[in-house]
Amino acid sequence: MQQSKKILEVKDVVTKFGKNLVHDGVNLHVNAGEIYGFLGPSGCGKSTLMREIIMLEQFHSGSIELLGQKIEKVRRRAAQNLRMQWGVLFQSNALYTSLTVAENIALSLQEYTKLSPSMIKDIVAFKIDIVGLKQFDGTLYPSEISGGMKKKAALARALVMDPKILFLDEPTSGLDPISAREFDALIVKLRDLLGISVVMVTHDLTSIHNTLDRMAVIDNKKIVAEGTLNEVTKIKSPFIERFFDEGLR
Amino acid sequence: MLDKRKVALVVTHEKDAVHFKIEGEPAIQCLDVIEKQLKNAVKRLNTKSVVWDLSCVKKLDSALALLIVKEIERAKNSDIEVLVTGMQGDAQKMLHMAKDHAHFESEFAPKEQGLFYDVGADTLVRLKSLNAFFAFFGQMSMVFLHSLYRLKMFRWKETLFEVYESGIKALPIVMLTMFLVGIVVAYQSSTQLKIYGANIFIVDMLGISILRELAPMLAAIIIAGRSGSSYAAQIGVMKITEELDAMRTMGFDPYAFLVLPRMMALMLMMPILIFFADITGIIGGMLIAKVDLGLSPTLFVERFIQVVHVKHFWIGLFKGPFFAVLIATIGIYRGLQVKNDTQSIGFNTTKAVVESIFAVIICDAFFSIIFTNMGF
Repeated sequence: MQQSKKILEVKDVVTKFGKNLVHDGVNLHVNAGEIYGFLGPSGCGKSTLMREIIMLEQFHSGSIELLGQKIEKVRRRAAQNLRMQWGVLFQSNALYTSLTVAENIALSLQEYTKLSPSMIKDIVAFKIDIVGLKQFDGTLYPSEISGGMKKKAALARALVMDPKILFLDEPTSGLDPISAREFDALIVKLRDLLGISVVMVTHDLTSIHNTLDRMAVIDNKKIVAEGTLNEVTKIKSPFIERFFDEGLR
Repeated sequence: MLDKRKVALVVTHEKDAVHFKIEGEPAIQCLDVIEKQLKNAVKRLNTKSVVWDLSCVKKLDSALALLIVKEIERAKNSDIEVLVTGMQGDAQKMLHMAKDHAHFESEFAPKEQGLFYDVGADTLVRLKSLNAFFAFFGQMSMVFLHSLYRLKMFRWKETLFEVYESGIKALPIVMLTMFLVGIVVAYQSSTQLKIYGANIFIVDMLGISILRELAPMLAAIIIAGRSGSSYAAQIGVMKITEELDAMRTMGFDPYAFLVLPRMMALMLMMPILIFFADITGIIGGMLIAKVDLGLSPTLFVERFIQVVHVKHFWIGLFKGPFFAVLIATIGIYRGLQVKNDTQSIGFNTTKAVVESIFAVIICDAFFSIIFTNMGF
């Protein structure tokens, strides 16, 4: 694992919604194999930044380079190729409700590969096991499983193509503390096992403490701090002081 | 980009072992090539020892690891010795992980149950759905009677809102459509009537057909498409987002708050819509009578008063509330049948429209027979 290689680099990104300036020159980078977090008060544009990186939203100016591609001028085919190299876990899971868990996971394999049904089944079974679901859960529909299981199922779906980078939008929100800690452990385990990089938006202090290698704090339209937890907590900023001091003590 | 041509499973037979060597960058998108070649190679395998050579694989992904692990397990079961060589980086770890987490025996596809089972299960579902409809109808009637008993409880505001939403807003489209239907019917019949010189009878024909059948039917079909579908979708989404449950826990009976206002509003507005549809339909017919048959509006109205009995008008209006009940109950019932997935909204909305139009037509046929036999 090359620790120093940049897998994602955001440079001077400016985002405007109408007249409302959301990001005013955001700079950060994520190294390969790292678990990286976007932190900040609600409404600071953490999720927006993530949505810009995964090409769901447009930014006004600046540059985002992901896996060696500048996404602001990426062509259709290259964009499609990029989409196969990442996995995304949405806050509300976004599992397809009309498909079973196993079908949800198998979808990309059926669309993008010509593997035999039995091979697809093996891969699905493997992903179901690796996220900590039971094999039987694969036959159930999303409406029939609990919130924590939905998260795991959505994670299995995000992992199915062996992505290089995984995007998680508030992965532990809506989970009970035990499931949330299990999920944290799962993310770290998957990073160690599969060597993927993880970028997540999170509010969960324990999760920040347990999982993140580095993080960026977004406040007042800019990055106010970037680095490890120790580095970030040393920086003087009203948000950081409130967030970490009141949360941890 | 990935190049499938560069990926291959090279099989070489050496002294006492078969060598499987993977060449190229076998990402998951090109794994099918390896899978097929492996399948062919295994068929002809007649050795007691297999060597996997992974020296060309820079990064072993989980899918390829699974494929190899499965092959190793299969080989072990038939007493073939397997050796993996040339592993780079995390390959060893990945193979171990694949072995630990693999479940080759898993089956996710639902079991085929056979025709007999399917017919039985389907019948049961339909019976249950009929039962649920009766339960719904019963509950709605209860709430209706209750609100008659205590008029203060009745939701006047919601009802008036629905009167505006599903009744008054539908007026323009109902009137326009009926105007066009009046023109079409008049035009088609005028060519026939001209042949016999029976021009004046267009008034009888239009009067009876529009007042008695066409206007009520058309208004009902438009409302079924417009309001039946919207009731089903609205209430369906409210069910998914747990708004209905929230109402129940706050002590607002969804039947009193959502169901009854919609039904009462439609019952009130349907005759009014039919009334306006009558007017525009006749005006459309009158226009064609003037243009095509040279029948002046004065003459048309005179003849109309003479020959078209007022009972036709009343019968048309009388059907309105019955159609309204059918459309509203089916639409709302379908909304309440929505389950916790997105597809069932589409499914139930479609059902709401199709079933309510069907029910309206059946109901109309019954009325037709009953009224004719009663001598109206």
